[in-house]
Amino acid sequence: MIRRLAALAALAILATGCATTASAPDPRDPLEPMNRAVFEFNDGLDRALIKPAAEAYQFVVPSIARTAVTNFFGNLGDIWNGANQLMQGKVEAWINDWARVLFNTTFGAGGLADVASEMGLPKHDEDFGQTLGVWGVPPGAYLVLPVFGPSSVRDTAGFVVDAYAYPTFWILRTTRPPHWVSWRTSLTLLDFLNRRTNALALTDVLEQAALDRYAYVRSAYFQRRRNQIYDGSPPPEQEAALPAIPTQAAAELLRILQELDAAAAGTGEASGARRVEPKVPRNYDAVLAATAARAVAAGPGQPDTEGH
Amino acid sequence: MRRLLQALFALLPLAVLAPPAQAQETAPDALVKSVSQEVLDIVRRDKDIQSGNTRKTIELVETKVLPHFDFVHMTALAMGPNWRRATPEQQRALTDQFRTLLVRTYSTALSSYKNHTIDFKPLRAQPGDNDVIVRSEVKQPGQQPVSIDYSMEKTAASWKVYDVQVGGVSLVTTYRDTFTNEVRQGGIDGLIRSLEDKNRQLASAEKK
Repeated sequence: MIRRLAALAALAILATGCATTASAPDPRDPLEPMNRAVFEFNDGLDRALIKPAAEAYQFVVPSIARTAVTNFFGNLGDIWNGANQLMQGKVEAWINDWARVLFNTTFGAGGLADVASEMGLPKHDEDFGQTLGVWGVPPGAYLVLPVFGPSSVRDTAGFVVDAYAYPTFWILRTTRPPHWVSWRTSLTLLDFLNRRTNALALTDVLEQAALDRYAYVRSAYFQRRRNQIYDGSPPPEQEAALPAIPTQAAAELLRILQELDAAAAGTGEASGARRVEPKVPRNYDAVLAATAARAVAAGPGQPDTEGH
Repeated sequence: MRRLLQALFALLPLAVLAPPAQAQETAPDALVKSVSQEVLDIVRRDKDIQSGNTRKTIELVETKVLPHFDFVHMTALAMGPNWRRATPEQQRALTDQFRTLLVRTYSTALSSYKNHTIDFKPLRAQPGDNDVIVRSEVKQPGQQPVSIDYSMEKTAASWKVYDVQVGGVSLVTTYRDTFTNEVRQGGIDGLIRSLEDKNRQLASAEKK
């Protein structure tokens, strides 16, 4: 499955790799043309197949049963959630998550009911991409995966690990009950369909809210992942775009100043020999002073203006 | 000297008005709490809203929720540096269109709220703060609670919301990327046109 996905992704890269980049590239999204193509593909697939299936499922299956399905897969997922908490060094959260598994599996009828939440043990969503993030791995380029949607280089690596750790897979693989392969396939599909159904309200809102859904989802993805990695309280993000303009202006001024200096030095040398300075305008000193003043005004916070 | 006097006189009415305004204003967290409670109660009772009557939901949002939002501030933040490049007319048009879009979106989101409960977290703010974040959590059975944080600013009249973060995703930041793109491609008027088109398209979809 994963190998096939990788092949698909590689094909998509080949198909669009030479296309020109969009007019306004986002530094986090160097592969935008390819990503947009995959996004369109996913969108078509969703409209034609997945969303109608999710709507049918929502219509046919009563909400109590859907909650039970969510709880069941959520309970299995809590095993891996807890493991990730431990890898991130969050002992309390690890105890919380594995205690959830214990209580929900026993008192919650094999995980069909989420009794742990009512006992004050909240559900967490962790994955290996977040663990990598906690370990300091930057997200890297934005990637839209076929079928699975928004991701990044880091989170795709995490996703591969998550797929191996996906409880429905390894429980059936290790226990190998009769017909385990078809069990695995149908359970995975049920989980996927149920997740899509839970997200129906969200995607309806998205459909309405966004002018450009691709850019909207991308921005939301990076914010959401950052928020998840910091468990809901990320430090304020530095506005990288704002100081860029003064830096550029300062660099430009610096260049002009250096040129003027060089010119002045040049005329000084020349003046030693010939003493001709006819090309210097009368207000030369005033211009120099004004430029220097502006450079100083733009200077604070630009440590490199001093260095050069 | 004259300018100083002018400034003093300009500030005088503010100084006179400020104390009573401060005395009656509601604390930001209490405000958000009472408004969300009121709105959710209406949504839970009203079958029309639950079954997707957009007009009625929009009406509810416009009367109950809108007065507590500062849309000019929101639009300015979503525009970023481009805001100052826009003429006052463009700023008005942008704010208008953005408001219409957000009201519609919010109304859609609202009608899906049925068996959710909202918890408010204690407000962490100093008495003199003019800018606070009111944190809340929406709980749904079997799922990780979703945080909804309201960034609020004290204005002359009352506390007003200027950004909402859902699960760490800021409404303003998310729009800023798109807005910057649109302005780069079609200028500020291009963005206004895109917003108008989007709103028209949503309005006609609703009539069907």
